[in-house]
Amino acid sequence: MSQARKQVKKKFNPAVLFRKQIFIPIAALLLLAIFNLIADPSFYKITLGYNSAGDPVLSGYLMTILDYGSELAILAIGMTLVTAASGGQDISVGAAIAIAGSVILRVLCGTDSRPDHMQAPVIVAFLIACVVAMLFGAFNGALVAYFKIQPMVATLILFTAGRSIAAWINNNELPIISDPSFAVYGGFIPGIPIPTPFFIAMVCVIITMLILKFTNLGLYTQSVGINESSSKLNGLDPAFIKFLSFVLLGLCVAVAGLIKVSRLSSINYSVIAKDIEMDAILAVALGGNSLGGGKFNMTASILGAYVIQFLTTTLYKFNVQSDALPAYKAVVVIVLVVLSTPKAREFMGKIAKSLKGSERSVA
Amino acid sequence: MKKKLLAVLMSAVMVMGLTACGGSAPAESAAPADDSASEAATDDAAAPAASGDLIKVGIINNDPNESGYRTANDKDLKEMFTKENGYDASFAYSLKNDEQITAAQKFITDGVDYLLLSAADTAGWDTVLKDAQDAGIRVILFDRTIDAPDSLYEASIVSDMAKEGQTAVDWLASQNLSEYNVIHIQGVMGSAAQQGRSGALDSKVAAESNWNIVTQQTAEWNAEKAQQIVQSVIDAGTPFNVIYAENDDMAKGAVAALDKANISHGVGKDVIVMGFDCNKWALEELLAQNWNYDGQCNPFQASYIDEIIKTIESGGTVSEKTIIMDEKGFDATTITQDDVDNYGI
Repeated sequence: MSQARKQVKKKFNPAVLFRKQIFIPIAALLLLAIFNLIADPSFYKITLGYNSAGDPVLSGYLMTILDYGSELAILAIGMTLVTAASGGQDISVGAAIAIAGSVILRVLCGTDSRPDHMQAPVIVAFLIACVVAMLFGAFNGALVAYFKIQPMVATLILFTAGRSIAAWINNNELPIISDPSFAVYGGFIPGIPIPTPFFIAMVCVIITMLILKFTNLGLYTQSVGINESSSKLNGLDPAFIKFLSFVLLGLCVAVAGLIKVSRLSSINYSVIAKDIEMDAILAVALGGNSLGGGKFNMTASILGAYVIQFLTTTLYKFNVQSDALPAYKAVVVIVLVVLSTPKAREFMGKIAKSLKGSERSVA
Repeated sequence: MKKKLLAVLMSAVMVMGLTACGGSAPAESAAPADDSASEAATDDAAAPAASGDLIKVGIINNDPNESGYRTANDKDLKEMFTKENGYDASFAYSLKNDEQITAAQKFITDGVDYLLLSAADTAGWDTVLKDAQDAGIRVILFDRTIDAPDSLYEASIVSDMAKEGQTAVDWLASQNLSEYNVIHIQGVMGSAAQQGRSGALDSKVAAESNWNIVTQQTAEWNAEKAQQIVQSVIDAGTPFNVIYAENDDMAKGAVAALDKANISHGVGKDVIVMGFDCNKWALEELLAQNWNYDGQCNPFQASYIDEIIKTIESGGTVSEKTIIMDEKGFDATTITQDDVDNYGI
């Protein structure tokens, strides 16, 4: 009995908890959850209703979070790999989403910007977008891996040019797809009340987890990030691993692009996925991953993405001016960066230890 | 150590990036060219300039990719300032003020006769416009005004955003609802279009007891953000019956959220949907009675500019420095296919 209690106590040892990477997103999530519970418990209300097509849909703030956080979760997967391998971030994902989305609409619309029927199956359009997005990823990757350019500087090129390229792909027209079957990817599958983007995100997450479990991708990425020359001595090709991480991010971008353009069955080149690169990087940071590369925790990043959406939705709920949202996120970043420094962690560990010590002395 | 430094640097950049998000303001402005005006202008233009030589114009505009408005604006200018119409035009595009100023200096060196300018930013133009004046180049502003003495330019052709908003609010008032619960989705804060379109609604809400704002948020011209804002109101269960979106894209995003929650919208339905800019697809939504109102944001300034140049070339003077184009508002119950074809951008 006492042994069992001791074991439980060991599990909840706060000092260990603080040192766990996943502690950061979970703590942030709990903080937000408790805040909402106190401020207005109706935040958690979920209702089953019907959309205008007559299909059942679940609605409520929690569903909104699952829905809109999905693109970010998908991007966070790729961004985590890029961060870990290259020790830098890709700031061109928003522009790349515009390109991928534009390609999808271009293939679906053909030459007519307002077709009555889709000119090609969605899967074909999506696969072409995947190839295009991976090519742009490869472009970024090549600059970083083989020409040794700083990731932020290398991806600045696409960040600047991407949206113009996206507009050029569609001759600067704004295609609109009226076929309701295209709206499924960013909306609901008829008969299933949970938003499709969440399913897409989950499929991506599962595939990623399987890849990390059954291949050496995770291990290789981390070792390249931690020490490039020693991993080279051990027979790895650091340049290729970095290159690969950017190509994989390209794949994530294509998936996020499909969801984005499907939400409105249209595209606006200058604002689609605007500033999403900042949120994606924030998700990685919120996951407690070092932005300088090396070790990473994929689950924590994905959780981080949903925490960001949780924060956004909470702020919308309390009618915070939406142009002030970046300021709140900035505060989160500052707190996180400070918390994740070894100094702050050591300090928290000490506090936890002394707490435990006083507990013991009281007992 | 290096890595840590990098991390700190990164976060600093991120913070800056995040806080800078609200900075970019898409050019939104409007000017009307009604049919007769543009026809008359085209006729005038058909006769080459009196001297028989081509009139050299340098046109500085914002990037045509910026918005549907700008694309239509650029197309209109390109169609007007052709060799057939007696012009030799060069174009320069940038969303950045300093690049625009560099382009202006280049045009001055090239010795253009007229400099047409849609400035990215209101400040910083005094010196370069003085240089232009010294070189005998006449400056005409279109779409956007600048902070400079009006002696530096011949004319400024703009649209009156406040009037656009007023027209829309007057239309809404004429619907005689017993109560107005408005979701107000704003453009990028501080832009001329946002200020004008918000101002009219704000003062109406302050004046009338049965007008309430359910929520007032900026979606920064972004459809996705508008969708989230409306979604948030629906999730909260607050009743509303009007969506006042300051451009078409945001109205589209709002409607997507309504459709998801099965809230009917359009003529004779639960929620009145209002947009601005008169994109062609938006006017089609009006024609299908899915939306109720769309306010025009007229990008067709070329005929006005042409008229001014013709006046100056023939020795006349421009009586009004600031020319405000009239703007229409379309009602879903009265709009016709012709309107969609003529005014859609």
